Amino acid sequence: MSSTHHVTTESKPVRLLLIAAAAFILGLFLLLPLVAVFAEALRRGWELFLASLKEEEAWSAVKLTLMAAGLSVPLNTLFGLSAAWLVTKFRFRGRAFLLSLIDLPFAVSPVIAGLVWVLLFGAHGWFGPWLAEHDIRIIFALPGIVIATVFVTFPFVARELIPLMESQGSDQEEAAVTLGAGGWRIFRSVTLPSIKWGLMYGVLLCNARAMGEFGAVSVVSGHIRGETNTLPLHIEVLYNEYQFSAAFACATILALLALVTLGIKSLVEHLSGHSSNGRH
Amino acid sequence: MKRVLPGFGLTMGFTVAYLGLVVLIPLVALFIKAAGIGWHEWLEILTSPRVLAAAKLTFGASFCAALLSSVTGLLVAWVLVRYEFPGRRFLDGMVDLPFALPTAVAGITLTAIYAPNGWIGEHLAKHGIQAAYNPLGVFIALTFIGFPFVVRTLQPVMEDLGKEVEEAAATLGAGRWTVFWRVILPMLVPALITGFTLAFARAIGEYGSVVFISGNLPMKTEILPLLIVSQLEQFKYGAAAVIAAGMLIVSFALLFLINLLQRRLDWQHR
Repeated sequence: MSSTHHVTTESKPVRLLLIAAAAFILGLFLLLPLVAVFAEALRRGWELFLASLKEEEAWSAVKLTLMAAGLSVPLNTLFGLSAAWLVTKFRFRGRAFLLSLIDLPFAVSPVIAGLVWVLLFGAHGWFGPWLAEHDIRIIFALPGIVIATVFVTFPFVARELIPLMESQGSDQEEAAVTLGAGGWRIFRSVTLPSIKWGLMYGVLLCNARAMGEFGAVSVVSGHIRGETNTLPLHIEVLYNEYQFSAAFACATILALLALVTLGIKSLVEHLSGHSSNGRH
Repeated sequence: MKRVLPGFGLTMGFTVAYLGLVVLIPLVALFIKAAGIGWHEWLEILTSPRVLAAAKLTFGASFCAALLSSVTGLLVAWVLVRYEFPGRRFLDGMVDLPFALPTAVAGITLTAIYAPNGWIGEHLAKHGIQAAYNPLGVFIALTFIGFPFVVRTLQPVMEDLGKEVEEAAATLGAGRWTVFWRVILPMLVPALITGFTLAFARAIGEYGSVVFISGNLPMKTEILPLLIVSQLEQFKYGAAAVIAAGMLIVSFALLFLINLLQRRLDWQHR
C-alpha cells in the first residue's frame, strides 16, 4: 500500500470499529425485523403456518392484490417510459417543473392519496351521486384500489429511467434517425436494449410497492372481508383480531416479495456493472 | 435547439394527460374541497387540541427520526463506500429493505420486536422504558422508514469525492479527524441535507408502519395521517380535507425551502 493511500484512510482499529458499528446498525435496524417476520410466523409451528396460508380469505386477498398490481404497474410503466423519453430526449420550457411534478406523489402521504379519490368518487364526493345513479362502484371496490395504487406508485418507473437515459445521451438514437429509422423502431432496437435492466428494476420496485401499499388502499377499500381486502389489509384484520401467527404467515409472502425484489436489484447492478442509487 | 428525435408530441401529450388525471386533478380537488370549508372553520379545525397534539407528534418524531437516520446513515454510507470487507455487498443490499418491505409488514414486525414481551422491548422494559404504544415507538418506526434515503443520497456523492483534497490536507499536517471534520464533511453537507429532507418528508406522511406500534391514543400517540382516517370514518370529509391540505402545504413548503438552501450551498461550493 502506497503512503499516499495511507493518509486518505483511517487506521485499522478505527476502520474495524466503524465497520462493526455499521454492521450493528444494519443488523439491529433492518435484519432483525426481517428475521422477526419469519420467526413470528413459525412460532406456533409449520402446520398453523400452512393452514393460515390456505385460508380462503387469504387467497382472495392474494388474488385482489395481484389484480390491483397487474393493472396499476403496466399503466405506470407506460407513463414512466413516456415521461423518461420526453424529459431526456428533448429540452423544452417547463421541463424542470414537470420533473418536480413527477416527484410530487413522493411528498404526499398515502392516506391523502386515498382521500383524494374518496373526495372525488365517494358517496359524498363530487361524482358520487352521478356514479350511484349509474350503479358504478369505484370507492370500496377494485377501481378505487387500482387508482389509489397508481397514485402512490406513480413515480417509480420514471424515477429509475430518467437518470439512466440522461446519462446514456441520445447519440445512438440520433444516428438511427439519420439512417432513416422510425420512432418505434428506434425505441425498440436502440433505446430499449440499453435500458432494459433499469426498466426491469423500476417495474419490480413499482410492483413491490403496489402489492404492499397499505395507507392509500386502506382508505378506499372499505375493508370488506373476502371482497376488497388486499393482502396488507388482510394482515391488518388478522392482527387486530389477535391472530398474530396467521397475520405474520401472510406477511411472509410480502417479505419474500421484498427479498426477491432486493435480490434482483443486486443482480441487475452486478450485470449492468453500474450502481443505480436512485431515490425512492 | 432543433428536435431531431421523433415522439415529442406523443410523449408530451400522454405524460401531461396522465399526470393531470392521476395526480394533479385529484390534488386540486382536495384543495378546492378544503377551501370550500371557510376560513373560520379552517382555523378551528387546525387549532383544535387533538390536531395540534397530532401535528406536534408527527413533525417532532419525523424530525428526530430523520436526524438519527442522518447520523447513522452517514456512518453506514461511509463504511460501505470507503472500506472493503467480507459481507459488504450483502449489507449494501440490505439498506434498501425499508423501500421494498410493505409498511404494514414493517409495522406489525416492529411492534412484535418492541412490545414489552418482544425481543428488544423485553430488555427495554427492564429499564422501565416502554417503546411500543408510546411516542418512542413512532420514532423507531419512522427511523426505519427514513434510513435508506440518507444512505442512498450520500453514497454516489461519496464515491465521486476526489481524494486529492484529502491528500493535500494530510500533507499540510492535518490529522485524519481534522480532515474529515474540516474537509470531507463540508463537501457532504448538501447531500446530507437532501437525504435528511427526503427522510423527513417521507416520515411526515407515513402511516402503515406507525399505526401498529403507536397504539393510536388520541392526544398521545395519534399521528396526523391517522387523524385523517378517523375523520373519514366519522364521515367528516371537510375536516379530513382541511387536515390533509394543511399537511401538504407544510410538506411542499419544506421541500421548497430545502431546495432553495440546496441551491445556495451548491452555489457557494462553486
